[in-house]
Amino acid sequence: MAGKNGKENGKNGKETVIEVRGVTVGFGEHVVLNAIDLDVYRGEILGFVGGSGAGKSVLMRTIIGLLPKRAGSIKVLGVDMAAAADEERAAIERRWGVLFQQGALFSSLSVRENLQFPVRENLDLSQRLMDELVVAKLEMVGLDASVCNKFPSELSGGMTKRVALARALALDPEIVFLDEPTSGLDPIGAGEFDTLIATLQRTLGLTVFMVTHDLDSLHTVCDRIAVLADGKVIAAGTMTDMLASQHPWLHAYFHGSRSRAGQALAKPPV
Amino acid sequence: MSDTLLQGTAQGGELRLAGGGAWVAQNASALETLIDSETARQEKLSQVAIDMNGVERLDTFGAWLLERLVRAFKARGCETKITGLKQDYRALMDELHAVKPEQGPLRKSGGPTAVLAAVGQSIASIGKSLTAFLNMLGELSVVLVRVIGRPRSFRFTSLVHQLDNVGWRAVPIILLITFLIGCIIAQQGIFHFRRFGADIYVVDMVGILVLRELGVLIVAIMVAGRSGSAYTAELGSMKMREEIDALRTMGFDPIEVLVLPRILALIIGVPILTFLGSMAALYGGGLVCWLYGGIDPEIFLQRLKEAITIDHFKVGMIKAPFMALIVGLVACVEGMAVKGSAESLGLQTTASVVESIFLVIVLDGFFAIFFAAVGM
Repeated sequence: MAGKNGKENGKNGKETVIEVRGVTVGFGEHVVLNAIDLDVYRGEILGFVGGSGAGKSVLMRTIIGLLPKRAGSIKVLGVDMAAAADEERAAIERRWGVLFQQGALFSSLSVRENLQFPVRENLDLSQRLMDELVVAKLEMVGLDASVCNKFPSELSGGMTKRVALARALALDPEIVFLDEPTSGLDPIGAGEFDTLIATLQRTLGLTVFMVTHDLDSLHTVCDRIAVLADGKVIAAGTMTDMLASQHPWLHAYFHGSRSRAGQALAKPPV
Repeated sequence: MSDTLLQGTAQGGELRLAGGGAWVAQNASALETLIDSETARQEKLSQVAIDMNGVERLDTFGAWLLERLVRAFKARGCETKITGLKQDYRALMDELHAVKPEQGPLRKSGGPTAVLAAVGQSIASIGKSLTAFLNMLGELSVVLVRVIGRPRSFRFTSLVHQLDNVGWRAVPIILLITFLIGCIIAQQGIFHFRRFGADIYVVDMVGILVLRELGVLIVAIMVAGRSGSAYTAELGSMKMREEIDALRTMGFDPIEVLVLPRILALIIGVPILTFLGSMAALYGGGLVCWLYGGIDPEIFLQRLKEAITIDHFKVGMIKAPFMALIVGLVACVEGMAVKGSAESLGLQTTASVVESIFLVIVLDGFFAIFFAAVGM
């Protein structure tokens, strides 16, 4: 049932779960995104990169409906979000999960209540099952049951991200949006988080849209990379395509001094 | 639909379970009932075979219930087998299989001791807030002395800005409210005094009440609600975002930079507002006396001159800066007490307004005793 109404993509036969066409977003005089096209296919991890202030988060927030667009269309799981009725849009919103940059955990609720909140609102489950699922979800993101009764202000940065990821996954979404999931984590923590995302993507069959700056994440977990510059998606493809590109910005980004370590570590893509 | 999710047949010592349909979140509730009724079977069972061939979809909810089913039978000593699980879902099952069984209670237990603990904590917190209040007063005095020693370090811009916020911008609402209060008192007074033919004493009542008590009280309560809450929220969100820590690391004293200008602004602003408020209330009272009570403005003023002395006015004005100090101190103490969460910010802001209004009224009581004793 899921995604049956999605569009087949002719090029590689994959189903498109997010289809962005000609989307323009601006604030006042300033146009941030200028007629953007982007496809995200089912089951892939798309890394979305671009300079600071290029509008990566803006596109993400536009797709999930937090920012209005001036032109263009966005289809998620085959549904045009602008034209959809309220119930239809709500149904789609339940099929995605969002990890915000700062976690955006509800600070007045404990970790358990944070994870149960979307479940409680959308499904009618027994308290026992919800409690068990909280433990299961926490373990899936690499935490244990002892954080259940903690409040968001008592969590470290890494734990906050993990709990926020667990909350994003609370309703078993098909698409997960991650806004800079590894920012603010130490390299070991960031590496673990990357592995976690890859594992979860595999086990739950997720489609992941990841805004990131982390070259290591791009190397290790992303199937495809889309690059945003000057309000346009200037390139979309695999890491190999990116490294081969002669575009000056891409060259500077992927061949800069900070990327050396990443390249040295990365296995040559098959 | 729910009856096809799981069907069980027991034969001899063997239980055969056949899953079907979509084992997903939407069906989790129905599935849980079915699974619990299967695990509650009374028969003696040695083998359980779960056939998952009919299950079209499986998500974490369904997978966890399957895992719960398996665990329940394993705990009864049954040999449990899962067959026909789709390859795609193996990884998910492995993941959930690794989840450790719950250890200990997840919830904090309530009960009579918790109630006692809550009572004890709230009593202790009264003591704590009193200490915090005195602490802030002490720190503020130290900072004040230091600033008087080095006047150049005083944040004059900040003071003016705060004065604009809590004084100037409060003028219209204070004028309006005190004007209305003056009107109401005069109307009520005339209505009841008229029965005794004592209409004219309304002027005495309005004059004394407004100048001694109501002007300053209404203003202090308005300021507590309007500016005290704003102070708490401002300082609290600065505390939440570590701005106060940032100030401290740069060698600034947050009391000097943030608290002193705010409290001084109140101490300057509230007496002015009290004066304006009292005048507005008298004006309102006079207007009602004229229009409703038929007391000419000329007579009203004449009577007012006889009824009130400069002492009544002084009593009101002397109280004003102390009220301001109380409101400002409570607001800043509560703001500094904010912890990480948004809920805490809300709690402290509420506490700030409630406490400062309470203390303002208590202080007013003490002043009444004091002024009675000194004969003002």
